[in-house]
Amino acid sequence: MSDKLILSPNLDNADGFFDALARAHDGLEKSTSDALNARLIFLLANHIGDNKVLDQALKAAQNSGHKR
Amino acid sequence: MSKIFDVPLYAYTRSPDQDEGMPVRHPVVIIGAGPVGLATAIDLAQQGIKTVILDDNDRVSFGSRAICFAKRPLEILDRLGCGEAMVERGVQWDTGKVFFDTRQVYEFSLTEEEGHKNPAFINLQQYTFEQVLVERIREMQAVGAPIEIRGRNKVEAIGQHDDHVKLEVETPEGSYTIEADWLVACDGANSPTRRMLGLDFDGQVFEDNFLIADVVMKADFPSERWFWFDPPFNRGQSALLHKQPDNVWRIDLQLGRDIDKEREKRPENVMVRLKAMLGDDAEFDLEWVSIYTFQCCRMERFRHGRTLFAGDSAHQVSPFGARGANSGLQDADNIAWKLKLVLKGKAPETLMDSYNTERAYGADENILNSTRSTEFITPKSEMSRILRDAVLDLSAHHEFAQPLVNSGRLSVPCTYDGSMLNSADALAAPDVTRPGSPCPDAPLGDDHLLGKLGNEFILLTIDADAPDSFEEDGVTATRLALSVRDDPTLTLKRQYLGDAPSGVYLIRPDQHVAARREAFDEPHFRAALRRATGKE
Ligand SMILES: Cc1cc2nc3c(=O)[nH]c(=O)nc-3n(C[C@H](O)[C@H](O)[C@H](O)COP(=O)(O)OP(=O)(O)OC[C@H]3O[C@@H](n4cnc5c(N)ncnc54)[C@H](O)[C@@H]3O)c2cc1C
Repeated sequence: MSDKLILSPNLDNADGFFDALARAHDGLEKSTSDALNARLIFLLANHIGDNKVLDQALKAAQNSGHKR
Repeated sequence: MSKIFDVPLYAYTRSPDQDEGMPVRHPVVIIGAGPVGLATAIDLAQQGIKTVILDDNDRVSFGSRAICFAKRPLEILDRLGCGEAMVERGVQWDTGKVFFDTRQVYEFSLTEEEGHKNPAFINLQQYTFEQVLVERIREMQAVGAPIEIRGRNKVEAIGQHDDHVKLEVETPEGSYTIEADWLVACDGANSPTRRMLGLDFDGQVFEDNFLIADVVMKADFPSERWFWFDPPFNRGQSALLHKQPDNVWRIDLQLGRDIDKEREKRPENVMVRLKAMLGDDAEFDLEWVSIYTFQCCRMERFRHGRTLFAGDSAHQVSPFGARGANSGLQDADNIAWKLKLVLKGKAPETLMDSYNTERAYGADENILNSTRSTEFITPKSEMSRILRDAVLDLSAHHEFAQPLVNSGRLSVPCTYDGSMLNSADALAAPDVTRPGSPCPDAPLGDDHLLGKLGNEFILLTIDADAPDSFEEDGVTATRLALSVRDDPTLTLKRQYLGDAPSGVYLIRPDQHVAARREAFDEPHFRAALRRATGKE
């Protein structure tokens, strides 16, 4: 398995996933939403497992925020 | 009945040193009769080094601080002649449970290693622990060992010189001066020695307060470590329940940041909190209660000229993980044999720098683990709390999240990877016995391997030839000849050989591996012994 974070399009169903994620938060209080996101991060991270990939993901997330 | 911590165990008596015109010089003076000072002194005196301990008090630790003692310190105490007494008096346990709100989310079991003499952990009150060490000292004194504890001898001033340290000591009968070739400062987290020498103690201070109580109660909770996150009886905070001997139970209750300590400490308020936890019907007496905040700090260097810092004076951790006294005992283990060689002129003074390197490495490992646990238990931002709670919620449903739950990573022995005393690994055998590792135990008939190692350099041969001993520049390594057949459980083979047909190990007086190779190769092992004594 490659230990490089995939940064090219890789989702089977991009619109579908975005929609499912947004809907999962419909009607939730902010705190419940935050908790949901946090659980999701850990589930996905565990699936990836490889620390090198996770480190790259963390960096990519840190470096791609909208500058205000 | 008065408690052991209420009676003087080493009452003040006048020392002849106080009546000498000139300051008397001792090879080693230790400041502090806590677990670390006592253990260091026993180790040195057992090796024939005259040792004086000075303590400003005359009794064991007030109340119980440390309770969990791990296998490696018990092995060290076996070498010091009092491990069995500790295990006999302690409570053994091997299961930990973690609860979140009202649900159990996680259970762990400390793996008992087959063939090891000592259990993974015992619980024992720190005051009993210290009492057993003092009893050991009395036993040694009875047969003439050169060891002395001077109660109510408070060190007031320290003067560092090139080849000795001068101490001004205050007693109930006035002050006197003594000198030491080497000083070991085991004077605790607030180390006056550190302060007197103007040395820093840096790290992270945590803001949460914890109520720590020992209660005496007849209860049939099992002897397991129970840890709660956000329980109904202590909302938004954590709690811990752990058994000690004599029906004493340790309770930790997190209280949060801004609290009124004096109010919280009042017995009536403590009782309300304890009843909420233990139930209205529980019958118990409060033995001891205190409120703590925790910090993880260390000195930059543990050696300053002829002064060595050991235990809490050198490094302090939060108690989650039981790494305080447990690591302090590993400091003692590391200091004693080195100091002996240096004092006898068999190793250069710079050998003591390896004490700093090896134990600072251990301290960093302990600080890292204790800091992470404390941050998990007391999240410092809203987002850390959200992430923490996500882990706890997930752990109740999915096994994958359980290793992320951190209620304390319990003390494990330190392997001195990269130490300047190690020789390069020259044996294709398991990692647990690589150079720098503390030797894992193995059964040998009615005895155990560790009972045959320590205090001197040992050349352990497993199905290999070697001379009965060899001497290199004044230091002798004595052979211990074994065969894999000596241990039918094959623990010895599994840990020390793996697939290798034979092995030769050079083992330090503190039972750590210095070098290993498939066969005895004289130049190689001579060089290894020089290296392990700071001569290469
Ligand atoms: C609530 C709590 C729970 C803990 N639980 C655990 C645990 O489960 N397991 C574990 O391993 N550790 C635990 N610890 C940590 C453990 O208590 C310490 O690491 C340990 O006591 C350190 O031993 P020490 O000998 O270095 O210092 P100390 O025990 O602090 O001893 C220092 C000694 O120096 C003496 N002294 C100080 N100044 C002078 C002076 N000027 N002159 C002469 N003498 C002086 C003092 O009187 C004292 O006797 C816990 C700590 C706390 C607070």
